[in-house]
Amino acid sequence: MSSAPAILCRGLDFGYDGKSVLRKVDLSIPQGDFVTVLGPNGSGKTTLLKLALGLLKPNAGRMEILGQTPDQARRRIGYVPQHPQLDPLFPVDALDVVLMGRFGKSPRWGGWRKADRDRARQALDEVGLADRAASHFSALSGGQQQRVLIARALAGDPEMLLLDEPTANLDAQVEEDFYALLKELNERLTILLVSHDLGFVSGYVKSVVCIGHDVAIHPTTEITGEIIADLYGADMRLVRHDHRCSEEGHETS
Amino acid sequence: MTPLLAFIQPFLQHAFLQQALLAGVLAAIPCGVVGSYVVIRRISYIAGGIAHSVLAGLGIVHYLQVVHGVEGLSPIGGAITAALLAAVVIGWVSLRLKQREDTVIGAVWAMGMATGIVFISLTPGYTTDLMSYLFGNILMITAADINLLIGLDIVVLIVVGLFHRQLLAVCFDAEFAGLRGVRVQLYYFLLLLLTALTVVVLVSVVGIILVIALLTLPAAMANLFARRLWQMMLLATIACAILTAGGLALSYSPDLPAGAVTILLTGAAYFLTALFRRR
Repeated sequence: MSSAPAILCRGLDFGYDGKSVLRKVDLSIPQGDFVTVLGPNGSGKTTLLKLALGLLKPNAGRMEILGQTPDQARRRIGYVPQHPQLDPLFPVDALDVVLMGRFGKSPRWGGWRKADRDRARQALDEVGLADRAASHFSALSGGQQQRVLIARALAGDPEMLLLDEPTANLDAQVEEDFYALLKELNERLTILLVSHDLGFVSGYVKSVVCIGHDVAIHPTTEITGEIIADLYGADMRLVRHDHRCSEEGHETS
Repeated sequence: MTPLLAFIQPFLQHAFLQQALLAGVLAAIPCGVVGSYVVIRRISYIAGGIAHSVLAGLGIVHYLQVVHGVEGLSPIGGAITAALLAAVVIGWVSLRLKQREDTVIGAVWAMGMATGIVFISLTPGYTTDLMSYLFGNILMITAADINLLIGLDIVVLIVVGLFHRQLLAVCFDAEFAGLRGVRVQLYYFLLLLLTALTVVVLVSVVGIILVIALLTLPAAMANLFARRLWQMMLLATIACAILTAGGLALSYSPDLPAGAVTILLTGAAYFLTALFRRR
């Protein structure tokens, strides 16, 4: 593992249709970190994730992933998307899904090789689903499906996991187990996950990135930086130049 | 005597019936394999558009043969050209020009039909031909058609054999596949081209208008029993072969159109299966 930051943003600007989404973002996340990106819907969290994956290009500024451009680093990242488009009849079993993480590591023609199957089974074992390899994907519970998608990301031997709203459809107990799994994986991987719900930020998270125009966007909770710090004991980072998470509380300039 | 039994004796006597049955079995392979992709990727409307644009190819070739005496052209060749062209136009316009895909499909669909009808009306004695293009006539299949069907089967099987992983990944989660370096648009195009070839195969069995049912219903039925894609393809192929053979047999002694009877049989099988097998 090189010493370059897992994610580095310098003066990153992004917007479309004349509407600014992210402005002058400066951010440095070291390798080995476990980061939650927090912010209300529409604040630009998913945009940040898509920039990191190279699916979107910044209007200005630069972003580096593990010391490379997002496009170059793409295969070193394991991506766990928000909602798999779930056609309940889609004819795949859990192992089929995990194997799809092996593209880029396997020859282009023909079927999966033994090395791919071995790695995919190992990834399923890592997420505790070794015995469900032959189960129809949609016969699995929501939590199990989420784990299969993590196994799919792991099968490509990534150095960092990016997860988009991974806990959106999980109940509390399943969510707790889910964070325990991420904590285990964090021993060897950088983890960055995006969430719109403050309640989902667990004690396992090492740092929190806040994105948002204004605290007022949270209508039900008048949260100050102090409260967030008390709740999570996490260190806060500045993302938006007009929004500050600090010991003095959220400020808008 | 039931229609099925009444079919066996003439079947043993007449080469054209054996040929028709062989065509049905050959058509079942791409029907099951590519039909499964069409169902899971939900592109049956695209398949419908491609099928109807085939009339342009058939009409133009027929016109050139009859009116201008051009030789060396075959109707199926015209059908293949039109189908591939329609697939490329639909894929290219929806990917590159960012147009709404259903609008593009509708345009290709109707313009293909219109082109075909114009050329057929310019050709003397058009009515019977038009009917057999639209509703199929498996009994008219020639030995040359059989060879072409075999060729198309081989092409479809080789392409799917080489790229089945990418095709599945593009159907399941295209964004993720793209992030892993799979050239999503390329494989989507490949899928449309396979669909075009399969449509041509099935047009020769049940005709342009009925193709869409034979392409999707056996696969949809198989989907209810299969846990994995290859199982779905295998079951769909078997179902398609049984249904085309059954349609041919049931239609023979009452002298009904084989394509229409095949589709009625397929539809009935689909609804019964869906009713009794819920997941």
